[in-house]
Amino acid sequence: MNERRFPAALIFGTAVVLLWVAAALAAPWVAPHDPTRQDIGNRLQPPSRAHPMGTDSLGRDTFSRLIYGARATLALVALVAALMAPIGLAIGIIAGYCGGWVERSLMSVTNLVLAFPSLVLALAFVGLIGPGLINAALALLLTGWPAYARLSRAETLVLRRSDYIAAAEMQGITGFRLLWGHLLPSCLPAAQVRLALDLARIILAAAALGFLGLGIRPPTPEWGMMIAEGSRVVFDQWWVAAFPGAAIFLVSLAFNSLADGLRDRADPRHD
Amino acid sequence: MTRCLESVRVLLRGLCTLAVTLTALVFATFALSSLSPIDPALQLLGDHASSSSYIQARHELGLDVPWPRQFAHYLIGVAHGDLGTSRSTGQAVREDLERLFPATFELATLAVIVAAFAGIALAVLGASRPNGPIDSLVRITSIVGNSIPVFWLGLIALFVFYARLHWTGGAGRLSDAFEYTMDMKTGLVLVDAWRSTEPGALRDAVSHLVLPVLILAAYALGNVTRLTRAALLGEARKEYVTAARAKGASETRILWRHVMPNARGIILTVLALTYGNLLEGAVLIETVFARPGLGRYLTTALFAADMPAILGAVLVIGTCFVAINGLTDVAVKLSDPRTS
Repeated sequence: MNERRFPAALIFGTAVVLLWVAAALAAPWVAPHDPTRQDIGNRLQPPSRAHPMGTDSLGRDTFSRLIYGARATLALVALVAALMAPIGLAIGIIAGYCGGWVERSLMSVTNLVLAFPSLVLALAFVGLIGPGLINAALALLLTGWPAYARLSRAETLVLRRSDYIAAAEMQGITGFRLLWGHLLPSCLPAAQVRLALDLARIILAAAALGFLGLGIRPPTPEWGMMIAEGSRVVFDQWWVAAFPGAAIFLVSLAFNSLADGLRDRADPRHD
Repeated sequence: MTRCLESVRVLLRGLCTLAVTLTALVFATFALSSLSPIDPALQLLGDHASSSSYIQARHELGLDVPWPRQFAHYLIGVAHGDLGTSRSTGQAVREDLERLFPATFELATLAVIVAAFAGIALAVLGASRPNGPIDSLVRITSIVGNSIPVFWLGLIALFVFYARLHWTGGAGRLSDAFEYTMDMKTGLVLVDAWRSTEPGALRDAVSHLVLPVLILAAYALGNVTRLTRAALLGEARKEYVTAARAKGASETRILWRHVMPNARGIILTVLALTYGNLLEGAVLIETVFARPGLGRYLTTALFAADMPAILGAVLVIGTCFVAINGLTDVAVKLSDPRTS
């Protein structure tokens, strides 16, 4: 049962992610139309042979805009993912292990950053230094790490009193080696679950920024912005908003299953 | 006795942390706003103002004094409950926020209750037979729930359940017939509709509330289920569970009397994080469903670059979040003898 399941999740996730990456890279050849070319005579067309996903309120081809929009989304994920978890884990483990004023000050900073609803900080940040890909990534990174700090601290708090940590300390293992070799491995399962959720979460947050009108500037296609445009006509021309949302869903679903499958393979004991 | 003293100490320390964090939050929010390139005086007067009226406007807005004094001024105002005047609505920010806070509180609280019950139930179902058919279904459900953009789901739900099926109310918190006649005394739409004498008001309020609450709950459900399940399974592998089982305890008893108390800290932390996330999710849901609330106030203020309103809204949402997290920390410490 188990052996059968990992490949399914893994293959589905990998296939969909690779497909989107390929489509994003090869956008000029894959997309049937120019994503920014307006054709007012053909606005709000339902899906058809010429326009597989219909056209938006300016007559632009939705399918082509989806393909080009994948570029922005995937670049953002790559930027944020690699930096967020290590920062949070380090802070949480140090706080949980040291206790006292170190813990209080580190967790105050953590709570402070958590206290900003991340969307608001992202909005404020993007508003300050201007919209754009890198800035959106920075904004999401700024608010992404505290979750890891809290989870790893909660774990460390419990472990700090455990016998095997005491045993390790008695053997003279202290400082960095103790944190790295004895505390970090115990925090990883929870952090992995979190990162699995976060890859998709980054995509959703980026789309939310776009939906609120604070993502990448038009006319560059971006999925969240496309949903916002479609929301004005959703009761009559549902397809304008439906397809970009489905694309976001598909990619975050793919990242979720990919991470799920990878986790199962890396740690088969983990249920 | 020692245990009692210890509890008081934990509680006091928690409260101190809370106070420090809140002060820092005001500072950070203010610092963020003063870094903004938008000049409130120019915003007020437009680009073609004369330099004398520009200087006067800066003076009236308190912008001509050094930055630390501006902050001190704002801090004193906050301490007195004065959050300034909104530059777009022209009303005191505090009044705006007091009026809107209950609506967001209602939405997020109902959603977190639904998500907590559903999430823990699903996690227990899944974890009781790991990798069984129910567990696989639970896993798939939580993965799918975690992958859907919540604002898009809201739009689609409005399209399906309101525009096509007519099962629920549409955007807004009430139909027009009630919106302008009902006395919104508490600001909680369910309570106000229940108290109102208008026939059908409560039904109307519920029909407008049900989609936003369910969608917000679905937004949180994936996280709650997944992390709770991981916590339960993490505990279920430990030796005390084997010991309890060897002594003949039933699976139900092992789950509720042995595993749950040990996993409670993590579950509480997960729920606290979720509650905060839902306040944020409310920003999107209120925008999609055009419900008056803190979230929509904030997005409107952001587009108007209405700094006092942005500061106030961030401060209120942030305060709730800090309080929830701080109190959860204290609760976890008090309820788990291993960490106090």
